[in-house]
Amino acid sequence: MNSTLLINGLRFVLLVLTQVLIFNTLNFLGFINPLVYVIFFYWYPIKSNRAFFMLTAFLLGFMIDFFSDTLALHSMSSLTVAYVRPVIMRFCFGVNYEFQNFSFRNTTKIQRLTFLGLLVLIHQVVFFSLEIMSLSHFLLILKKVFATGIVTLVICALFSSLFSPQSE
Amino acid sequence: MQRIINFILSYRNAFLYGFLMVVSLVLTIRSHSYHQSKFFNSSKWVSGNIYGTAANISSYFGLREENQRLVEENQELRKLLFNQKSNVGAVPVDSLALDFEVINADVIKNSFSSPRNYLTINKGKKQGIATDMGVITTKGILGIVENTSSNFSTVQSLLNTKSNINAKIKNTNYFGSLTWDVGDYNVVQLVDIPRLVPLVVGDTIVTGAMSSIFPENIPIGVIKKYDLDNSRSFYHIDVELFNDMSNIKNVYLIINRNKEEIQELEARTQNE
Repeated sequence: MNSTLLINGLRFVLLVLTQVLIFNTLNFLGFINPLVYVIFFYWYPIKSNRAFFMLTAFLLGFMIDFFSDTLALHSMSSLTVAYVRPVIMRFCFGVNYEFQNFSFRNTTKIQRLTFLGLLVLIHQVVFFSLEIMSLSHFLLILKKVFATGIVTLVICALFSSLFSPQSE
Repeated sequence: MQRIINFILSYRNAFLYGFLMVVSLVLTIRSHSYHQSKFFNSSKWVSGNIYGTAANISSYFGLREENQRLVEENQELRKLLFNQKSNVGAVPVDSLALDFEVINADVIKNSFSSPRNYLTINKGKKQGIATDMGVITTKGILGIVENTSSNFSTVQSLLNTKSNINAKIKNTNYFGSLTWDVGDYNVVQLVDIPRLVPLVVGDTIVTGAMSSIFPENIPIGVIKKYDLDNSRSFYHIDVELFNDMSNIKNVYLIINRNKEEIQELEARTQNE
């Protein structure tokens, strides 16, 4: 129990630093800054106190907001992702994810990728709609969601296979 | 009562979600209409120092280019100095007689891809920086100081939907406001220029004399294209910036010594 807390704490700090120091300054093609810290929600233990998870997510978003002067945009999008994560899990892995012996090891690659993809998609949609906050820029929102979303998904998939805790 | 408590307990996660969401929405919407938050911004000690360390490392990669730019500026300034009619250099200028003072700083965090962009610089209150000072680079204007901590400050970039800077067409007195429509990061919009003004693509846009933040005639950019707005009586002008907003290192802050006097006078006039 303690070691999960430690690992997640370390992840938290490292992801904040990676996001603000590397990925926020990437500006690929002029506007693509992948929001890779979403992978935190992919890695977070499945069986956990939901309220605590949401508070952690809020704090994670808030730290990134603090660094990138976006006030509460990252907080709101991370909070939403944390809130809907159980629904996405049920959608991707079926009802049996609630059972005691469930782990990522018994799932297929496609299931995991769908799970990650949905997390990224929801995060991007909430983030960019709130960031621009006007429907007159609907096309701009779509463009940003898709371009940044795809890059984020690719990088997160790479991250998850690089630092996967299951691949020992 | 028991039922209400049970109800709340069974939906406690939804309530938590709603509560946190409302808190952050209120924060965000308030900052949209007014200023960046005073407490949560990257000028603070922790973020400032982390960005400072990172900038310290990465700044080595651009030294040659940055040197070149500064030498070019020096060359330009020397040319101005040597061609001046009166011999200014010979007599030491009384520093109290100057209207504007200049402080230099380094950008430690730049952003240009979101609708509300802020930069962070490595000078703060201790070095004499205060809110609402103008920030320029060697090529043109950059923004206005918004928040300061003791060693760092955040700057509201031109590329911010809240930004609104007085600008005019060079060598005339037709002025308008400079805004940004969240499109290209090297193009800003100049609005409120009346229809009767003769415009040519390529005309230079400079800062106007209406603001107490920037001195007059600091370069901004050139007209890229223009058309009439919806009311058919004002122009909507796209201005291509001289600055490359994605690559900014050394900046200058402008202190207007007469600012307080001007503001006080304006306030008094309005009250009467």
